[in-house]
Amino acid sequence: MNVEQTTKWLALFAAKINDNKQYLSDLDSAIGDGDHGMNMARGTTEMQKALEEKQPDTLMDIFKLAGMQLVSKVGGASGPLYGSAFLGMAKAAKDSDDLATILEAGLEGIQKRGKAVAGEKTMIDTWVPVIAAVKANELTKEVVEQAAQSTIDMQATKGRASYLGERSIGHLDPGSVSSQYLFETMIEAGVINE
Amino acid sequence: MSKLGIVMVSHVPELVYGISRLLNEVAKDVSITIAGGTDDNEIGTSFAKIEEAFEKNEGEKLLAFYDLGSAKMNLEMAMEMTDKEVVLYDTAFVESAYTAAALVQAGAAFDMIDAQLQPLKVK
Repeated sequence: MNVEQTTKWLALFAAKINDNKQYLSDLDSAIGDGDHGMNMARGTTEMQKALEEKQPDTLMDIFKLAGMQLVSKVGGASGPLYGSAFLGMAKAAKDSDDLATILEAGLEGIQKRGKAVAGEKTMIDTWVPVIAAVKANELTKEVVEQAAQSTIDMQATKGRASYLGERSIGHLDPGSVSSQYLFETMIEAGVINE
Repeated sequence: MSKLGIVMVSHVPELVYGISRLLNEVAKDVSITIAGGTDDNEIGTSFAKIEEAFEKNEGEKLLAFYDLGSAKMNLEMAMEMTDKEVVLYDTAFVESAYTAAALVQAGAAFDMIDAQLQPLKVK
């Protein structure tokens, strides 16, 4: 992966979050506090603004700037989670430009912050299958969508939805959908080829 | 013995302000700083406000309390970036902050306060 692809990726991601903010908040209203789309849009809009202003020219600097913006601007749980993901990716990008290596560092950042594992109906349930597919050179948009969809049947045991217990089953996890957008736009930006 | 302070973080500015008023009744000499809501005072938590609450607190060792999950995540991020020693409690918010404030005011040592807070762990 290179700077040009990554810059395009994050611009597409910010646009996609903005286009779908109402949908993400609607998903969150069903099992959470209904602010995921608005929070993410606030954060990614600021992220994009900062990226355009400062035009960082290494992968590490791009991810670091993105991460710090999300940490400070999002306001909900997704701020520290996406922020930690990007800050983890920044650290890995210091020594590597390998997509799988960088994404794995992002996942570690999320897990360190949120203490969740796969199967708890969180964004991690999108990240884990996507990283496996990247490693196997088999990542497609179908893989990404299926990963997010897999959260429907899960019962939430982490995050705000966990307060609902069994009532959380049957709903799509909003964080797994915003992560779906992250990886779909990664594919669209050519960071990986379909 | 390092001077103790109390930090409270909640999703709603009024919530954490209200609890600080309650604590001030029993702990008028204790440094209590708060971080409620987002930067725009909307519902959520703010990393910047938490950093400020750490900095402004007169305590050298801080006992930190929060309402719900994402407040904890932002607290943990701020803890990684501050030079102060911060102890985070997964305890009942109001009860434990009140307990800690009353004990700090009474001059109790950290270990004793910590032991009193353990049964209040709820999350």
